[in-house]
Amino acid sequence: MAGIPGTAHEDIASRPGGDTIFSHVIRWLFISASLLFLAALLFAPLATVFVMAFEKGFRAYIASFTDPDTAAAIRLTLTVALIVVPLNTVFGLAASWACAKFEFRGKSFLITLIDLPLAISPVISGMVYVLLFGLHGWFGAWLQDHDISIIFALPGIMLATMFVTFPYVARELIPLMQQLGNDEEEAAMTLGAGGWITFFRVTLPKVRWGLVYGVILCNARAMGESVRCQLSPVISEDSRTPCHCISRFSITSTTSSAHLLWRHCLPCLQ
Amino acid sequence: MATLKQPTALKQPSVLPGFGLTFGFTTFFLCAVVLIPLAALVLMTASMTWHDFVKVVFSARALGSYRLSFGASFLAATINLVFGFIIAWTLVRYEFPGRKAIDALIDMPFALPTAVSGIALTTVFAENGWIGQYLVVWGIKVAYTWIGVTVALTLIGLPFAVRSVQPALLEVQRDLEDAAETLGAGRFYIFRRIILPTVLPALLTGFTLAFARAVGEYGSVIFIAGNLPLKTEITPLLIVIRLEEFDYKGAAALGFVMLVISFAFLLMINLLQAWGRKRLTSRVR
Repeated sequence: MAGIPGTAHEDIASRPGGDTIFSHVIRWLFISASLLFLAALLFAPLATVFVMAFEKGFRAYIASFTDPDTAAAIRLTLTVALIVVPLNTVFGLAASWACAKFEFRGKSFLITLIDLPLAISPVISGMVYVLLFGLHGWFGAWLQDHDISIIFALPGIMLATMFVTFPYVARELIPLMQQLGNDEEEAAMTLGAGGWITFFRVTLPKVRWGLVYGVILCNARAMGESVRCQLSPVISEDSRTPCHCISRFSITSTTSSAHLLWRHCLPCLQ
Repeated sequence: MATLKQPTALKQPSVLPGFGLTFGFTTFFLCAVVLIPLAALVLMTASMTWHDFVKVVFSARALGSYRLSFGASFLAATINLVFGFIIAWTLVRYEFPGRKAIDALIDMPFALPTAVSGIALTTVFAENGWIGQYLVVWGIKVAYTWIGVTVALTLIGLPFAVRSVQPALLEVQRDLEDAAETLGAGRFYIFRRIILPTVLPALLTGFTLAFARAVGEYGSVIFIAGNLPLKTEITPLLIVIRLEEFDYKGAAALGFVMLVISFAFLLMINLLQAWGRKRLTSRVR
């Protein structure tokens, strides 16, 4: 799902013929239909977010960050992302190596299982952890005896976030590695490089932009998902994430603009 | 697949090392994070009697929520199929000011927290909102009706639809189009016989992804839906309501139904992709 750098545009100017009134009309229709659709569905809501964030002026926007609740929420979100994103990145690299470099039976099935969290409602991913670790869940009594809290605390949020963001890196890398093929790795192996050296010196540089994009998507989802914490009717002071400060649009607009910035910088780096 | 030499072996021989390590780690992590929790859901459902299960899953309220969830998701995915293609076509084939910025903005529904997109959409489409005030004149109410649900689900699925079709459109060989044109084919004929066959698997993938994502969506819909039982209540919300009533079994049963449907859809996507790849490679050869 990587952003597509413009490659098909160079040959438009050089195409012979084609410039009839009919093609102009179609072109105009397509562009205006796209823009109208996006304006109503995407730009208007986005603009609302920013208008709301800066409604009370820039100073109020900055001040909302110093509010202890908001600060705690941001800290929690960042902690969760810091733990979850590296874990899922390592998983994504391992899974893509296994799936892209080898042919084995049941590969389609394995890939479907990896994709599964993508299609599962975040509500269900939150619920399964309540079923496992909740007060009436399987391990609930045992956990309470040993005074360990998972649901409505950091580990629970972490687990649910991990579940939701599980496929992003792998999904980005598997098709990319399949497309790039094994030739260079095999050449490296015949030249006497070990497995790790081949991975770090040949494969990783080849797929790095796909990896970066997958990590960004994973991170965006880790920070943006709100359901898992709405599942917790009892919220302790330290288990808030920004979704509990939904009225504070400032935080979200900041994180999303950071992501936008990333998306813009990425093609330039390439 | 045609060169499968040892049908009895788990994997084909390869020069590259690391299969055991990566495959083992993948399956271990998959089990720990995804499969064991899901097994809990399935087992919780299995502990119900058949009678109870049917009562929960086919209750009038549950049926109403399926109708809305699947109906609105299907409609949203169809809208995304059409406009996803139009937007992808515009971004790939035409040059106009702001094209790069729009290309980057397509991903916004990914990055935006779902709750925020829900609130923002509600603000825009409410009766006094930027767009809602004009629609009300025509007697169309968007916020707090099924139309609002569809709008939210369309926004959520949009990046999936566009990003699936975009690479496929880039792959369409312009030479073939030019050749067809010189041979006297009309525009519509070229579209139907050259462009559509190439992008069809991608279109279907985009549709299915958008649909699967829409069925499970919760965060953005609850703000714009109004959440009236039987009318504007989606299935995920019903699960949350059951959970809040500590009716874990009822919630698990509804979750199980959604899980089965999601899995079926994903399997379909992956089979479609395999089909598309096979068709493409056989054509190259």
